[in-house]
Amino acid sequence: MLYGTRLRALSIATLVTMTAALALAFFYAPMDADQGFMQKIFYIHVPLGIVALCGFVWGGINGIQHLRTRDPKYDLRSYVAIHLSLVLGAGVLITGSIWARASWGHWWVWDEPTLVSFLIVFLLYATYQPMRFSIEDREKQARYASVFAVTAGAFVPLNFIAVRLAQAYTHPRVFATADGGLPAKMQLPFYLSLLGMALLYVTLWRYEMASKNTSWQLRALRRKLAGDDAVPPVGRTAAPTLPSS
Amino acid sequence: MTTRAELPDTESPAGPSRPSSDDPPFVPLRVAVGALLRKELGLELRAPQAVPAMSLFSITTLVVFHFALQRGQVDGDLASGVLWVTLLFAAMLGISRLFVADHEEGGLDGFLLAPTDRTAMLVAKAVGLFAFLAAVEVVAIPAFALMLLGPSPPIAAYGQLAALLVLADAGIALVGTMVGAMAVQTRTRDLIVPLMALPLLIPVVIGAAKGTAPLLATAGPHSVEVRWLFVLGLYDLVFGLLAFALFDYLIED
Repeated sequence: MLYGTRLRALSIATLVTMTAALALAFFYAPMDADQGFMQKIFYIHVPLGIVALCGFVWGGINGIQHLRTRDPKYDLRSYVAIHLSLVLGAGVLITGSIWARASWGHWWVWDEPTLVSFLIVFLLYATYQPMRFSIEDREKQARYASVFAVTAGAFVPLNFIAVRLAQAYTHPRVFATADGGLPAKMQLPFYLSLLGMALLYVTLWRYEMASKNTSWQLRALRRKLAGDDAVPPVGRTAAPTLPSS
Repeated sequence: MTTRAELPDTESPAGPSRPSSDDPPFVPLRVAVGALLRKELGLELRAPQAVPAMSLFSITTLVVFHFALQRGQVDGDLASGVLWVTLLFAAMLGISRLFVADHEEGGLDGFLLAPTDRTAMLVAKAVGLFAFLAAVEVVAIPAFALMLLGPSPPIAAYGQLAALLVLADAGIALVGTMVGAMAVQTRTRDLIVPLMALPLLIPVVIGAAKGTAPLLATAGPHSVEVRWLFVLGLYDLVFGLLAFALFDYLIED
């Protein structure tokens, strides 16, 4: 599969959607009565979080595919998905922390179950790369990474249930994240922003897939032209390698 | 996971060969688990290693808690937290040792050659780890009650604590077996185990700590809320199914 096709169209669509979503969030959506301007971070933070979690689950689905078919292509997909979600996840934690500081006065609050669950999930996935790095055998690395991706993907909803239960009775939910509780004029920018973030994720994912595939193809071609000795062997890496190399 | 060996008449595309009459007879799961479990417990009885280390570690941790918290006695949610942190960290020691002997001495290779289901290894290791944890708790909980626990709760509270312990230990044993099998193949085994197992076990900590807190409170109903048993049970179920489905991929070579 060629990941480089339609990248330009996808990039433009992402840019337009994100710009429109932010413009609507700042100029169309009403000011929040309690939080004022700071509430605008909601249009970045929540879509970012939803997309990052979906990315983790997508990594798990590709992990299942990899275990079933043994096709290294799926391992690469799973790796790129989790890797990108980790980057977005760092963004979620930072924006969440800023929002918590602005609306509750603390950089971190333990009684916001969604944020706490996200931190736990983030910490778990943070071991993904060190684990990959410490397994030298390529085939084994890919297999173990897929088992991890599936386990962690299933852990995501379970963890949210447990953390939510731990706080359900002490603190009622102030915000409904995406459903009902949002006024109509806030819904449009929110959903548009969600779409924009999803497009951003897909675009970045395809860019990285295209880059990884291209560099491995280039390596294979170099080897063919200049001989095996001209291309230095790959060092130890957490990233999957393609069999064509 | 249905393996080729359970369905002797069908040809699996993944399998290297079809079982023929020359193959050794297939060992039923029950027999294989029994043999592996006897080996596991026999090793520990003959040359105790994991259980004494974990027990000693848990008592040391209690002493550390005494000085770090600067308290002679704890009760309620503080006591519950101290108990579960101690047990969880002691479990980490057992998890990192779980597959080491098999990996280094070639026991895993021997097992892979045996004509049996790989789930046998999962069941035997999880039951073995569960037994180790139970043995550690037999030492650690009386020590905790003597050293740190405030006014002693009624005997009935200990019965409910036992129910929580059984459910939590089952979760720790299942997750620990998977993480242990994964970590033993890495170069940084002792780093990977706590880094991976602790976040995975957070739901167990939530359920167990919240459930235990009222049992150890000075005054109170001394009873567990059913929903914490439910959380632990759900966790055990989900990770039991996950381990059952995925463990085969962790020990093939």
